[in-house]
Order: sequence, then structure tokens, then C-alpha cells
Amino acid sequence: MSFQPVKFYQTGTFTVGNRLLPPEERSVQASTKRFNSINSGHRACQGCGEALGARYAIDAAMEAADGQVIAANATGCLEVFSTPYPETSWQIPWIHSLFGNTAAVATGIAAALKVKGLTQNPKTRVVAQGGDGGTTDIGFGCLSGMFERNDDVLYICYDNGGYMNTGVQRSSATPPAARTATTMAVGLEPGNVFGQGKFLPAIAMAHNIPYVATATVADLRDLEAKVTRAMELRGARYIHILVPCPLGWGTASHDTIKMARLAKETGIFPVFEAEYGEVKAVLAIRRPLPVEDYLRPQKRYAHLFGKTPAVETIAHIQALADKNIRKYGLQARKEGH
Amino acid sequence: MSRHDSYPLFDLAKANVPDDLCPVATVVSPMLPGDWRSMRPVVNRDKCVKCAVCWLYCPVQCVEEHAAWFDFNLKTCKGCGICANECPQRAITMIAEAT
Repeated sequence: MSFQPVKFYQTGTFTVGNRLLPPEERSVQASTKRFNSINSGHRACQGCGEALGARYAIDAAMEAADGQVIAANATGCLEVFSTPYPETSWQIPWIHSLFGNTAAVATGIAAALKVKGLTQNPKTRVVAQGGDGGTTDIGFGCLSGMFERNDDVLYICYDNGGYMNTGVQRSSATPPAARTATTMAVGLEPGNVFGQGKFLPAIAMAHNIPYVATATVADLRDLEAKVTRAMELRGARYIHILVPCPLGWGTASHDTIKMARLAKETGIFPVFEAEYGEVKAVLAIRRPLPVEDYLRPQKRYAHLFGKTPAVETIAHIQALADKNIRKYGLQARKEGH
Repeated sequence: MSRHDSYPLFDLAKANVPDDLCPVATVVSPMLPGDWRSMRPVVNRDKCVKCAVCWLYCPVQCVEEHAAWFDFNLKTCKGCGICANECPQRAITMIAEAT
């Protein structure tokens, strides 16, 4: 199979391609010259959110950098399904690092480009990507170092809430009460423990780096706009993308986009962008949905809805979502107030 | 020639890449995951308005454009059903492969 160009010409509605907009305002996905950075021969599960998110993120980065992008990739689902040696699904220069050091590898690439004088003409940019395990747990030291040195790297984290590739173990991005292979739904506190784990975008903001953003795969236009904005800036930038995982979350494969949308609409996953540690814009929620809508379709929360529903746990999760809505100002203001 | 035959992307010697530093993947993934599928998307051509939502949300990019509707490349479609769920016109239905 040789290079796979995009086969489709013009896209439609506002959700997607915005045919009604002038050509220069259309998004990358509507473009006839999209790069199609991951080809369709990859081995991702049915309904994989990560495959979708990675393609749009890297396509947008390629568009913003005129096709001059080098990607470093941590070990994780994304690396495993896209590159079983000697095959690769990437149609861009791409390097696989260890699990924990992708930020350091990307730093090295950026430094080499600087020494070779390739950062100005042509403007070669570096993108590092990893899953939530390789970012929040294992690669956290290297990532923090990259933020602190303010290296010219865009780091993209695809957060599916666990080590899905090795059999759904808990990571520090696993949400509370979720069942994984290492946090079984047994005992007094079934599932993952409340009060543990970390929200990495907030930690990245605390590093005072030029750009931090979160996005979901439900709103691809927003995701693209954020990657494009990040590529305009220099220095360390961080984008955290929520990618539902049908395998690990125990959802139906056709519900991937719906789950991402519900995560945003319930306030469990705040979608915002921040520059130099200050939240600049949020994706508002018109009418927050109860978290139960989000939890119920997922088998990893099945223990909350057994014969005796865990009302207190659900209320606790609702409180966390409400706290997110208050903290980031996610609720859209009504007209006239 | 089987469909799993590989096609070289570039010549390592020609590209002057040292081949003893690390493994270099030289084959663009030839896998056709269409045989994973248990459900198959079918488009109702009358209902399709070419809004391209399926094209955008398809994680494997198996959606192809035709003159007045979208169709699916069944060699790569994994049958996840995201397109059928997201289609605003409800023009896509998933049917079992066995039938």
C-alpha cells in the first residue's frame, strides 16, 4: 500500500466542515489538501477514540507547520496499534521513544533542529504524543522538565483513563470509582479511590507555559482550533485530549463520540484553554446533564448501579463535576442576566 | 499476490539512513481490518445529504464520497457503528454481516 491521499473533496455542515464559510476560514478537516497523517491500515479497536483524535491533532499540526512536523511517540496504545515493526501507519516522520521519555526525546529533536538551523527556514516543528499512562505517571518527570525548560515542543496527551493497551490497569488519570484490573469493584470502596490521581492540565498551567488546552474527540473543530493555536506559539505547549476507550470503559463501540460529548456536557471533563497559567476560554455547557447519564452506559461504573445503587458515590462524582463547572465557569450564562 | 504483501515506502540505502541504529519501519501498514467486522454500515442513498459527519467521525477513514451519497470502503471498515450513531439524517443502518 503506497501513500494514501484523502479521497474526499468538500465537507458539509458547521459541525464538521463548514461549507458555508469562506475557504480561508474552513477547518483543516474540510481541506482537500489534508495530510491524512495516520492511514487506515492501523490496528486500533473498533470505535477507537484515540485513532480519531490523533489523526485530527496531527493533521492540524501538519497544516499549521506546512507539513514540517516530526512526531515523537511514547509507548502506549497509539504506538502499539500504529506501528508493529516493520509496518507503520504514520505518513509523517515519527519516532518511538521509551514509555517515559518522549518529552525528553522531543526536547532532543527540538535542540538538534535548533543547532542545525532548521527552526527558521524550513520551520520544522516537533510534536510529542503519549497516552495518559506515559504522560501522567511514567513520563511525568521528563514532561515537567520539558515544561520548565520551555522547549519548543507541542505535547499532546490522549487521555483514555488507564493503561488500556496492557489490560486496563489504573493510571493516575483514571477517574474516581472506575473499575480497572487493579482497582476492582470489591470491598468497602469499590473501584478507584476518591481523592487520588491528578489532573495534568492544571499541573501544566502551574508551570506557566505559553499554552495549555483540553479537548475531546466529540468536538473536532474545537480540537483542531486548539492545535492550530498551539502551533502558532513557541515554547512548551500542552494539549490534553479525552479519548473514550470502548474496551477499557466498557461502552459500545458506536458510543465513543457520545461518551466524549457526555463527559463534556456533564462537567466531568472541563474543556478550556489557558495561556501562561490563566484560563482564557472555555467550551460552555448550555445545560449541565446529571453525571448518571455519563456513568450508566459504562461498564467500569456498573457496580454503582447494581441492586443497591451507590447513591453516595454518584453524589460524590456529581459534586466533583459541579466543582469543575464552578471552578472553570463552564455554565453558559443566560441572556439578559 | 496476497493482499498482505508489503510495499516498500522508501529505500534505506538511497535515503542514506543508517540501518544499524534502530529498527526503521519501511512499510506503510498494509492491513485491511475489514474482516474484523460483525456489523456492516449500509447507507440509505435517499436520506444521505452529504453532510460528511460520518466522514469526519470515522476512526479508520473508510468513508468514500460518491456523486450523491457517502459509502464505505468495506476492506477497512471495522464496523464500529459510530457513523450510524452520529448521522444526523439517520441514513446509515448497521446490519449483521451474516445476512
